[in-house]
Amino acid sequence: MDSPAQAAQPSAAASGSKLAIRTQALNLWYDTFQALFDVDLDVKQGIITSLIGPSGCGKSTFLRSVNRINERLGYVRTTGRVDVLGHDIYAPSVELVQVRKHVGMVFQRPNPLPLSVRENILFGLRVHADGEQRLDRERQGQIVQEALEQVLLWDTVKDQLGEPALRLSLEQQQKLCIARLLPLKPSVLLMDEPCSALDPQATSAVEELIWELRGRYTILIVTHNMAQARRASDECIFMLMGKVIEHGATDEVFVTPEQQETANYIEGRYG
Amino acid sequence: MQAGPKSASDPLSSDRRDAAWYVDKAVQVLVFVGGISAIILIIGIFAFILIQGVGFLASAFDLREFFGSPRWAPTSDHNTTYGALALIAGTASVTGLAMLVAVPFSLGAAIYIAEFATGRTREALKILVELLAAIPSVVWGFIGLSIMNPLIIHAFDVPVGLNVLNAGIILGLMAAPIMTTIAEDALKAVPDGYREAAEALGATRWQIVFRVVLPAARNGLVAAVLLGIGRGFGETMAVLMASGHSINLPTSPFDSVRALTATIAAELGETAVGSEHYQALFTLGCLLFLVTFVINLSADLIVRGVRRR
Ligand SMILES: Nc1ncnc2c1ncn2[C@@H]1O[C@H](COP(=O)(O)OP(=O)(O)OP(=O)(O)O)[C@@H](O)[C@H]1O
Ligand SMILES: [Mg+2]
Repeated sequence: MDSPAQAAQPSAAASGSKLAIRTQALNLWYDTFQALFDVDLDVKQGIITSLIGPSGCGKSTFLRSVNRINERLGYVRTTGRVDVLGHDIYAPSVELVQVRKHVGMVFQRPNPLPLSVRENILFGLRVHADGEQRLDRERQGQIVQEALEQVLLWDTVKDQLGEPALRLSLEQQQKLCIARLLPLKPSVLLMDEPCSALDPQATSAVEELIWELRGRYTILIVTHNMAQARRASDECIFMLMGKVIEHGATDEVFVTPEQQETANYIEGRYG
Repeated sequence: MQAGPKSASDPLSSDRRDAAWYVDKAVQVLVFVGGISAIILIIGIFAFILIQGVGFLASAFDLREFFGSPRWAPTSDHNTTYGALALIAGTASVTGLAMLVAVPFSLGAAIYIAEFATGRTREALKILVELLAAIPSVVWGFIGLSIMNPLIIHAFDVPVGLNVLNAGIILGLMAAPIMTTIAEDALKAVPDGYREAAEALGATRWQIVFRVVLPAARNGLVAAVLLGIGRGFGETMAVLMASGHSINLPTSPFDSVRALTATIAAELGETAVGSEHYQALFTLGCLLFLVTFVINLSADLIVRGVRRR
């Protein structure tokens, strides 16, 4: 999986037509409970795609099958195909560690590791470079600064790099959780309701940041917040009970939905 | 509030003194006494040991001799000395070796149970560890005497197999189960979100264990080791049976030693109550009490520190 990283150059992003994620007949079971039904999706590269739908419809489940983090549960079974930048990530020869390098994930609650700010950012590099030669301190400092600058956090935390990340505010923690993905140069960022634990002000700051990252990364973001989906995504996917109901340009999905269910949901009839 | 007779039906009035009220009060007192009984007992026991030993502390006790001389000869006819150094060294060497055995065993077991085993295996292992913890110490001593002893004699070609090595291994195996349980609790207390976050960043399971879980559980693990040490200091029967029980400043694991606890257990029954020897044994008791108290207290404080964070 080396080529996907190269394919994820901003120039390709601008074209917006290449596929970052393609799923075909994706079915997923938790034990005996089926949570995804024949999900066929094409997520374009370099844009922000939002994923909406009522609680329990399988948004998180879908997201978590794109980096295969679902599998840590041990009782999850998946059939079908998921390609990330043209590579079948469920192929037997694929290494999970590589999948996670290319597909980063931001969780609902900010979950920085109980390490310093600096070590949180370097963590990804450290685990991937285990056994290889070490980065010198200067280079490490550069990497930390670049990552924090990308998430607009450098100015506020540059004097606290050695402090425990858990001491930062929630907003800063969530930005840090985004920043720590960047040194690995991922092509896809999965975000599962990244603002739901934040207050309105922090929410808009993080939203702004996500918009800032648009073009450099393919972003798939789950949200419960209709307004957020509407103002901050290029395309929108609506799911219901484990199935994809509608997928299109955000404006069209919100203004002229093709399916009655989508219209109902957007008007707030499912809650 | 307005003065005046309260009506009997006033639901807020609390001056009813019926049966329920007395039961309530009685239970309150009972619970209170139960609650502070631990404190009373601790203070009471320490006071008792101290009072029994105070005569010795006031007269024949010589700090230099007590901590500096390896000669524990309370029954010697012409030259009674009370040097506890060899006994302290005996206890310390056995406990130290026990930790060398117990720490890797219990940490390994705790990591396996908490991070790798699943379902039935995990449950079975937890039950087994608890069963191990319940083996009486005299049984361990018996194993030291009848199994380890000949084994050590054969394996290392030494004249006696009752020594620091034997007692250390036995004590290590004894302390390992409880240390495993506490260490596992500490690992379990690490929020799963940390593991998930690390896994999503591409860490392997071993990387998660070493880079995230162990550092996060550090305090709990230290507490587990401290409690193991406390256990080692306090253990009597198994050490008495496996250590050889001869007064020595050990220079190798094959030397026989005598522990503080074993000395008290073996000698107290043969001394006249109130005699100098009797009081000296209680002074040893004071020392033991203080050491284990400090160790357990610090373990406890460390664990609490973890909880608060
Ligand atoms: N670990 C699990 N074990 C069993 N069932 C699960 C598990 N996680 C989710 N489910 C079930 O799968 C379905 C989809 O859940 P999922 O979390 O993907 O929904 P969601 O759309 O993300 O909901 P929300 O908006 O509340 O986050 C739900 O019915 C849920 O009960
Ligand atoms: Mg969800």
